[in-house]
Amino acid sequence: MTALAAPVRQASTEATGKAPGVWAVYRWELVKLRYQKRTYLGLAASVLAPLLLVLAINLRSGAGHGDAFAFSNYLTRSGLVVPLVILLFGAIWMFPLIVALVAGDIFASEDHNGTLKTVLTRSLERQQIFAGKMLVAATYAVFAIMLSGTVGVVAGSLQSGFNSLQSLSGTIVSAPKGLELVYASLVVYLIPTAAIVAIGLMLSTLTRNSAAAVVGTLMFSLLIQLIGILPGMGGAQPYLLSTQFNAWQGLLRTPTDWVPIIRALWVCALYGVPALLVAFLVFIRRDVAGG
Amino acid sequence: MSAPPIEVRGLVKRYGELTAVDGVELTVQAGDVYGYLGPNGAGKTTSLRMMLGLIRPTEGSVRLFGRDPNATVRALDGVAGFVEAPAFYPYLSARRNLELMAAYDGYGASSRIDLALDTVELGSRARDRVGGFSHGMRQRMGIAAALLRSPKLLLLDEPATGLDPAGMRDMRRLIRRLADDGMTVLLSSHLLAEVEELCNRVAVLRRGRIVYEGTIAELARGAGASYRLTTTDNTRAREICLGQPGIEAVSTEHAHIVFTADEPAVAELSRALVEADVLIRELAHQTVTLEDLFFSLTEGDGVVLDRPEPLVVERAS
Repeated sequence: MTALAAPVRQASTEATGKAPGVWAVYRWELVKLRYQKRTYLGLAASVLAPLLLVLAINLRSGAGHGDAFAFSNYLTRSGLVVPLVILLFGAIWMFPLIVALVAGDIFASEDHNGTLKTVLTRSLERQQIFAGKMLVAATYAVFAIMLSGTVGVVAGSLQSGFNSLQSLSGTIVSAPKGLELVYASLVVYLIPTAAIVAIGLMLSTLTRNSAAAVVGTLMFSLLIQLIGILPGMGGAQPYLLSTQFNAWQGLLRTPTDWVPIIRALWVCALYGVPALLVAFLVFIRRDVAGG
Repeated sequence: MSAPPIEVRGLVKRYGELTAVDGVELTVQAGDVYGYLGPNGAGKTTSLRMMLGLIRPTEGSVRLFGRDPNATVRALDGVAGFVEAPAFYPYLSARRNLELMAAYDGYGASSRIDLALDTVELGSRARDRVGGFSHGMRQRMGIAAALLRSPKLLLLDEPATGLDPAGMRDMRRLIRRLADDGMTVLLSSHLLAEVEELCNRVAVLRRGRIVYEGTIAELARGAGASYRLTTTDNTRAREICLGQPGIEAVSTEHAHIVFTADEPAVAELSRALVEADVLIRELAHQTVTLEDLFFSLTEGDGVVLDRPEPLVVERAS
C-alpha cells in the first residue's frame, strides 16, 4: 500500500443477491474444519481404533478370545463384529473425546482467534451462527462414528470375512442383515453422542477456552461412567448418560429390544437439551468484550 | 429527512463498579470524518462495541441510520468496521477469509473480493495464510473486509495503531480516499496527527464522558487565541493591556506579555500602545495545537476550556 494512486472504486451500494443464512455458516464451518489439525486427529482416531483392533485379532488369531465381552467369541468369525466391539469400548473415552475436539472448540476458538467480533458484525443473526455451528459439530460426530464403523466393517471383513454373526440372544444373523444392524447400531449410538456434543457446545460457550471445553467434556463423560460403577448407584444406572451408549445392543437381540433405545432418547434429551439451551442463551446474550 | 449515520443518546456501560462509558451523546452526520479521541481506557472501544452491537448498553441508545444494532444485525446494513485489531482465521488464506466474510455478508458481497483486495493492495498476497501476515497487513485486511459490505458508514478503531510511519501514512491516505468517495467515517484514535489530518469533527472522551464535541477549529477558538507581545516598555504595555477592552488572561512570561484576545481587540491594543509611545518589538499569534487541547481536556481538570460541562459546538446548518 505504498502508492495509492488509483481512486477507490466503490462497488454498487445497492443490496443485490441473497441474504446469508444458516447454510452459509454451516458450509464455511465445514471449510474451516478442513483446515484444522484437530479435525484430522479425531478422524484419525476413528480410523485407527478399528484398524488396531483388527491388527490385534490378526496377531492373536487362533489364540481364542473366550467370552470376555459381548461378541468376543465371534471376533475371528465375522468382520461385522469389529465395529460393534469398537462401539462397546469407544463409549468410555474415545468417541466422547473425538466429538469434543470439535464441539468444545467451535465457539471457544472464535474467542481465542478474536474472530467472534468479526463474524458478529456481518449480516448474520447470532441465532443463525449458533445453528450453523451446532449443525457442524453434529455433522462431525455423525461422520466420525460412521467412518469408524465403515472402516471397522471393511477391515474386519478383510480379516475375518463378511460372515453371519451371532446376536446377543444367540440367534444367527445373516451377513447382509448383520450389516444392516451394524449401521442401525451406529445410528442409535448417535443419540448419546448428540448429548455429549451438546455438553461440548455448552462448555465451549461457557469457558471460551478450547482446551478447557474439550477436557471438560471428556471429564464429564468419565465422571458419569464413574458414578455408574459406584456401589449403591445401581438404581441410577438406567438414567446415566453412559448407560445410553449401550442402547444399540437392543437391536442385536431377538426380538429387538426397543426399551433401552426409547429410554436413550428421553434420557439423552434430559442431558442434551438443557446443555444446548444454556449454550444458546449464553451465546445470544453475551457481551463480546474480548474476541 | 433521513436518519443520521450515528446517533448516540445517553450511552452508559457499567462493569460492576466501573463505569466504562458514562452518558455519551453524539451525532455523526453523513459525510463526516468524525474523530473519536481519548487516551487509552477512556471508553472509545467500549463505545464502538456498543455501536456495532457487540455489547449491550447498560443505559442509553445507539441508532445507525435510525436502527438499533442491539436489536437486529440488520441495523448493520451499510455499516462496516472493526474494533481493536481486526481478526481473521489464521489457517485460512486472505482470499478464503474474505470469501467467508462475503458469505456471511450475502447480497453479492463475494463479487467485491477482488476489488477490496486491490484497494488495500493485498491482491498479490491473496493466497497466503493470514497467520503469516504482519500487523499492518492485517489492518489492511480489516479495511478490505469492511469494504466487502460496500458500506456507507465505516467505524474504525485505531486503524493505524501499531503501524510503522509509512504504514500509518498509507492508512491515512486510504481513509481519506474512502471519505472522498462519500463514506462517513468514525475514527477512534489517540493519534492526534491522524485526527487533525482526516477529521472534520471530533469528540474527545475522558473517563467515559465526552468533554468536547465539535470541530477542531472551534475547539481551538474555544480555547482562546493566544498572543505574545514584546515592547520597548513591557511594564507600561502590561498596564495598557490590563485596561484595554477585549484583552484577557494577561500574564508575563519571561520577557513577554501573554494574553488572549480576538483580532479586533488586538488591533485596538496596537493602536493604544503606539499612542502611548510604547513601540512593539514582537506581536505573535500563538497557535494552540490539537495536542495542547487534547492534553488539557484529557489530563488534570481540563482547564483550557474553563467549562465544567461538555462543550458542544453547534454545527452550522
